[in-house]
Amino acid sequence: MINLYNVTKVYTNGAKALNDVSLTIQKGDFVFLVGPSGAGKTTLIKIIFREETPTRGQVLFYGKNISRLKGREIPYLRRKIGMVFQDFRLLPQKSVYENVAFALEVTGASGKIIRARVPEVLQQVGLAEKSRMFPSQLSGGEQQRVSIARAIVNKPALLIADEPTGNLDPDTSWGLMNLLSDINKTDTTIIMATHAREIVDSMKRRVIAMSDGRISRDEESGVYSSEL
Amino acid sequence: MSFNTLAYYWREAINSIFRNTWLSIASVGTVSVSLLILGFFALAAVNVREFTQGIESGLEIRVYLKDGTPRENINGMQAQIAGVPGVSLVDFVSREQALEEMKNNFGDRGDILEGLDKDNPLPDSFRVRAENADSIPGLAGQLMTLSGVEQVIYGHGLVEKLVSVTRWARLAGAIILGFLSLAAVFLISTTIRMSVFARRKEIGIMVLLGATNWFVRFPYVMEGMMLGLVGAAMAGAVVYAGYMSLAGHITQTLPFIHPVTDQQVLLQVMGGILGIGLLIGALGSSFSIRKYLKT
Repeated sequence: MINLYNVTKVYTNGAKALNDVSLTIQKGDFVFLVGPSGAGKTTLIKIIFREETPTRGQVLFYGKNISRLKGREIPYLRRKIGMVFQDFRLLPQKSVYENVAFALEVTGASGKIIRARVPEVLQQVGLAEKSRMFPSQLSGGEQQRVSIARAIVNKPALLIADEPTGNLDPDTSWGLMNLLSDINKTDTTIIMATHAREIVDSMKRRVIAMSDGRISRDEESGVYSSEL
Repeated sequence: MSFNTLAYYWREAINSIFRNTWLSIASVGTVSVSLLILGFFALAAVNVREFTQGIESGLEIRVYLKDGTPRENINGMQAQIAGVPGVSLVDFVSREQALEEMKNNFGDRGDILEGLDKDNPLPDSFRVRAENADSIPGLAGQLMTLSGVEQVIYGHGLVEKLVSVTRWARLAGAIILGFLSLAAVFLISTTIRMSVFARRKEIGIMVLLGATNWFVRFPYVMEGMMLGLVGAAMAGAVVYAGYMSLAGHITQTLPFIHPVTDQQVLLQVMGGILGIGLLIGALGSSFSIRKYLKT
């Protein structure tokens, strides 16, 4: 589904964020992306999401070279990828329902589809009763659920979560991980960058560890750090 | 563009105007004030133009004919003068008419000229109007060379001065108008840039969700156009009402000045104000938003 071949990214200020990275992610995978801050996790995500283009190397998404996408094709790539962030990035003036519906409106979906699909997704993330509330009235965990609902409402093939539990307490984090597991069961590929050691260690999923812009370790059913 | 999307654009643009109340008021206010100044100045410029044109079109060349020029030559000469490039109008004034006019000028004392009827000293003449006031001296020289012409008279010296003054006034008007337009564009686009800056997060999220550039841009462009139009309409209403009452006062107190009250002209100025408001709103928004749509 995603193939990176010898991807190197050097920012204009000279910082080398990725150094000759190659990896393959299959459809339905659940991948933890771990490593210290500055290791290149966020750059890797940005390159898959086509927020940045690699300095060297190829990135294929479903066999299509996304570095060669024209500006007007990029939005259509992004609709196939749901994004979840540590800081949620919800629209504060829109209600829960409107925030989720917005992701569909952006794609030009009809009102009929929106009215059917939004309650369905809110049900899935357990927020059906709070659809009329505004983000400021919700807890952090609930806000993150809204952002997940927004990310999956388009039925994307890939869900990328950049430290989704970074602002959440442990209990809430576990609830969120169960939700992500459920989403993964519906054949949605998930890439999650995280610093949450316990979560990674107990989930027994594929772990890609990065340091200094390189992949230092890539194992199935891995753990957060190798030294133990 | 589907109907859903179009409905979305409308809803988004209108919602955004009401949700960002203060920014909307600031934008409308800036547009209003800028176009208000621009509108009044444009009307002043229109008046200067009309006034100077009025003066210039009043300038005439008088071509006096030699005594005893046969009347049957008159039509030929008139055609000849009318054929000179730059001449807009030629009127023949017979010596009898000239005397009549002179009597009229004397008003109730016209009887002074009573005795002249039998032995009229005035010559036949042509009254010539030029298309451009500044071509008058040249035309006068040309007309002097025609056969049968005794003398050519125009406001020598005065015409040249008047033309240079009116030309200067028009140039100054155009330059000030240009600067004012630039200032208006700058002020308004700064306000719009502020309002887009205030919503950069929202724009970032839209891009994130896979919105096309046009999808992001269009509601802002529509919003800019609406705000621009509202501001311009307010400015236009104030300019129109203010100008009409001012013109009324001027005609009453200074009867020799005739402000332009031709509705056609006023309509054009109002149309211009609305058009500029609309254009600035649309362009200002789409330029301000470009920065946030880097792809």
